[in-house]
Amino acid sequence: MNELPGSYERRQHPFVSLIAARVREFIREPAAIFWVYVFPLIMVLALGLAFRDKPVGGFTVVVQAGAIAEHVRQVLTDDGRFRVSVCDEAESRRRMRTGRAELLIAPGADSPAGYDYYFDPTQANSVLARQLADAVLQRAADRRDAVTVRDHAATEPGGRYVDFLVPGLLGMGLLGGGLWGVGFAIVDLRLRKLLKRYLATPMKRSQFLLATMTSRLLFTIPEVLLVLLFSHWLFGVTSQGSYWAVGFLILLGTFEFCGIGLLVASRAQTIEAVSGIMNAVMLPMWIGSGIFFSPERFPESVQPLLAFLPLTPLIHALRSVMLESTSLVSLAPQLALIFAWGGISFALALRWFRWN
Amino acid sequence: MSCAVHCSALTKTYPGKPPVEAVRGIDLAIDEGECFGVLGPNGAGKTTTIEILEGLLEPSSGDVSVLGLNWRDHGARIRQQIGISLQETRFSDKLTVAETARLFRSFYPRGLRPDEVVSRVGLEEKSNAWVKHLSGGQRQRLAIAVALIGDPALLFLDEPTTGLDPHSRRQLWEIIGQFRSQGRTTLLTTHYMEEAERLCDRVAIVDHGRVIASGTPRELIAQLGGHHVVEFSLTAREGAEQPPSFWIDLPTVVSCRHEGMAIHLTVTQPHRVLPALVERLERRGWELASLVTRHASLDDVFVTLTGRALESDVDSDDEEEPHE
Repeated sequence: MNELPGSYERRQHPFVSLIAARVREFIREPAAIFWVYVFPLIMVLALGLAFRDKPVGGFTVVVQAGAIAEHVRQVLTDDGRFRVSVCDEAESRRRMRTGRAELLIAPGADSPAGYDYYFDPTQANSVLARQLADAVLQRAADRRDAVTVRDHAATEPGGRYVDFLVPGLLGMGLLGGGLWGVGFAIVDLRLRKLLKRYLATPMKRSQFLLATMTSRLLFTIPEVLLVLLFSHWLFGVTSQGSYWAVGFLILLGTFEFCGIGLLVASRAQTIEAVSGIMNAVMLPMWIGSGIFFSPERFPESVQPLLAFLPLTPLIHALRSVMLESTSLVSLAPQLALIFAWGGISFALALRWFRWN
Repeated sequence: MSCAVHCSALTKTYPGKPPVEAVRGIDLAIDEGECFGVLGPNGAGKTTTIEILEGLLEPSSGDVSVLGLNWRDHGARIRQQIGISLQETRFSDKLTVAETARLFRSFYPRGLRPDEVVSRVGLEEKSNAWVKHLSGGQRQRLAIAVALIGDPALLFLDEPTTGLDPHSRRQLWEIIGQFRSQGRTTLLTTHYMEEAERLCDRVAIVDHGRVIASGTPRELIAQLGGHHVVEFSLTAREGAEQPPSFWIDLPTVVSCRHEGMAIHLTVTQPHRVLPALVERLERRGWELASLVTRHASLDDVFVTLTGRALESDVDSDDEEEPHE
């Protein structure tokens, strides 16, 4: 072999250069930046505002015109928790039927000094309006309370919807990151035959896989920080438990969903195939793992199934730490399940993975 | 001179219904320092063969040695010494030419400077351009740059110029020629016979997964008997429909065949056949519609061997490897 023209130089480590390439590609892709960093903030903002907790009140009451109507209107309006209007019988009934009023108060059919209440026993607000209005009217008619009571407002940070939502969104980000950032990205490389091209170089496969995971983790850190800072700044969301525990869960979740992403990508040969698999994997978790509402709302019979989904234990653990300051030790069963999902996915992915 | 690439009784069958026998027993011996071409129409098994030699596919049977090593025991060592350009690789759109070269450079323990390789393929002005903004020819030159980055002793190029315009094609030929002049070995596949004649010291013509002829381009053409081709067509239908035997007795004609309306005579001495041809046409009262004489090419070799024209062969579906 001839001695070669051309100078040799110290090269960058392949692990470092693969990560650098991934980071460059990522930050040069405005759509990726939007979905990973901006979209979760929009979700926090939109859902945080939409489900802002308001004091219970503002019940809509319609009073049927008649002798008692003016008295009732006066008493309820003075109380301040009711929006009262007086209508004739037909209009009052129509308002109840169409849901524009939560309570209809009519003169008592049995005693002229009494009232008849019409309300919907299946609607919480309707029931509440009936109870409250009754208490106010009874008191106005000189009923005395049997014992003395005092009310204390107990609305504390941690109990609001936005506090509930933030751990869910963090989990959703990790799910999307693993599946898009690892699964989809690898299938894309395979389709472009870059994976095959990499295989033809002396670069080690483990370095490639490790670099893909590590760059995913690098993208996740700002994502998590942005959601936490933004929700803290806007809504005062904080973690009751330690942020180290939150960080640990984020790390474990990244591992879990990188594994699942890799498994999804291990054989898929087309964009259509990988998109289909990704949707099939993600959809049950979006609905059933408690991102937006507690999985306990589902029927008892599917609960064990939902608890087993990869995202459910992660969101449960994040929520327990952030809302209730639960220790990681008492979350051991959840942590074990997360770890098992990640580990088994990795093992299967490495066994099935196709480079070309 | 030692062997850079050697394979014997190579076969590859893709499972399926029915199974696809892409390679049916190929033997090749490529010497160090030569540029060797594997020629054939689309679907002949060229890509499968070269990918087996590159260590990207497992053969169904047969032996392969590359630079005196086998893939099973010395894969890592072979990879450090070879450069590869696949038939189609789409590098990351949003990395620049220089970044792509640096990335691949980092995979090799020793190799050339990225900027040096980029300028060797004439892309220094595009060094900071995103891959997305490169033309087809520039992308192909980048692929060659990436193949050269590990300073390989052996270069594999799978259809390096397919789909390129003549100018880009010539640029690539220069780059490959330069590599060869350093005494390195190149193995390339192509379905352009002209490319093989220009670049290759020796070629193997592959059809239906077998080598049907091999040797230097000159030897293969010499096998035709004549080195010249006289190609003509006639206005008179009667003349065009004469069987080959009608023309074969003209002086120095070695073979005759029809290609569409044209008649191809392979001849050793065009200056003797032409007057006789013109005289015969005059006697019959047939007029020439066209007449061309040229040197015989590898295209003529392929047609003579297979009865089919090479570049008009559009049976391209099994060049894409079926997936398991």
